[in-house]
Amino acid sequence: MKQPAPADDSPEAEAVPRRKRKPVGWSMIFIAVLVAVSATLVYRRDGIDGVLKILTDDLWLFGEILPRVLAGCLLGALITEILPHEKVSRSLGPNSGLKGLLIGTAFGAILRGGPFTAYPVAAALLTVGADFGATIAMVVSWTLIGYGRAVAWELPILGTDFTLWRIVISLPIPILAGALGRFVYVRMYPKGEPT
Amino acid sequence: MTISALLIDITLWGSVLVLGLIAFRRGRVVVVSAAREGGMDFINIVPRIALGVIGSGYIAAVIPPEIITGWLGPDSGWLGVLTAVIAGGLTPGGPVVGFSIGAVALKVGGGSPQVIAYVVAWALFAFQRLILWEIPFMPARFVWFRAAVSVPFPFLAAALAMAIGKP
Repeated sequence: MKQPAPADDSPEAEAVPRRKRKPVGWSMIFIAVLVAVSATLVYRRDGIDGVLKILTDDLWLFGEILPRVLAGCLLGALITEILPHEKVSRSLGPNSGLKGLLIGTAFGAILRGGPFTAYPVAAALLTVGADFGATIAMVVSWTLIGYGRAVAWELPILGTDFTLWRIVISLPIPILAGALGRFVYVRMYPKGEPT
Repeated sequence: MTISALLIDITLWGSVLVLGLIAFRRGRVVVVSAAREGGMDFINIVPRIALGVIGSGYIAAVIPPEIITGWLGPDSGWLGVLTAVIAGGLTPGGPVVGFSIGAVALKVGGGSPQVIAYVVAWALFAFQRLILWEIPFMPARFVWFRAAVSVPFPFLAAALAMAIGKP
């Protein structure tokens, strides 16, 4: 039996949407197994010293990342609270058309910071009414044409010519990926996202 | 700490501060509620990030980069593009690793379209980034969906690279 949808004036409709927290899923179990296998291989090749060296290096990195992850989580939560959901679903929702994909692309391209910013913000947008298409455009634009990563890493390593060429070629991809995402999504879930 | 890391931290916490102020002007309750939500998300995400960050070192250690560069041979055509896409998806490690492998591939004579395909595939769906960053923060269904619809685009990038030619 399907539950009737809450009426528009019910308290549920007005409450700030909460992001669902995930229990430990198959993805995490898969990673844990992969890590265990890799660590065993490292142990058999390099002995306990090899295992410990990687562990200390990565613990150090983890400690460095941790405050940024906290900032990212707070950023996501604040966006969920203060962005007007109606406006977001109008400009980034399923019916936002090409304009929504362009906004997503532009937003992803100018968004600064690392994955600890981009993914919480993208998750927050999904929560407040952006559809898969616009969010895909944003995430893809962030990884492909976001200038932060290109300037910090790609330019020095791969050189200016290659980087600019690569970015020019990548320009249409976020919009196309978002459009393809929308196209597939409405056919996969004709009745909206399953819960 | 490098300058760029410092800049990232400043922009990041600066944005938190600005949004926090905007939220505060809407009322204290909004800030408290956002802080509680964000804090819970953080507590929930930390074990996943820990597994990803600490685990990825081991995954990277067992995939030698030579294997990946070996796949990006020159004049390898569309087969080379295909292997480049697979290699990009399998490349572990942070931005330095992916771009460095691309640079090495260019140096040892890898074709530009293949290297473009490699870099784009790596940016779009390197499994380690999906696992380490994207899955902990976003709904898993979105992540797999996004990765799946991204599959054609490294090929498109390679086709564009072949059509436009080298700069």
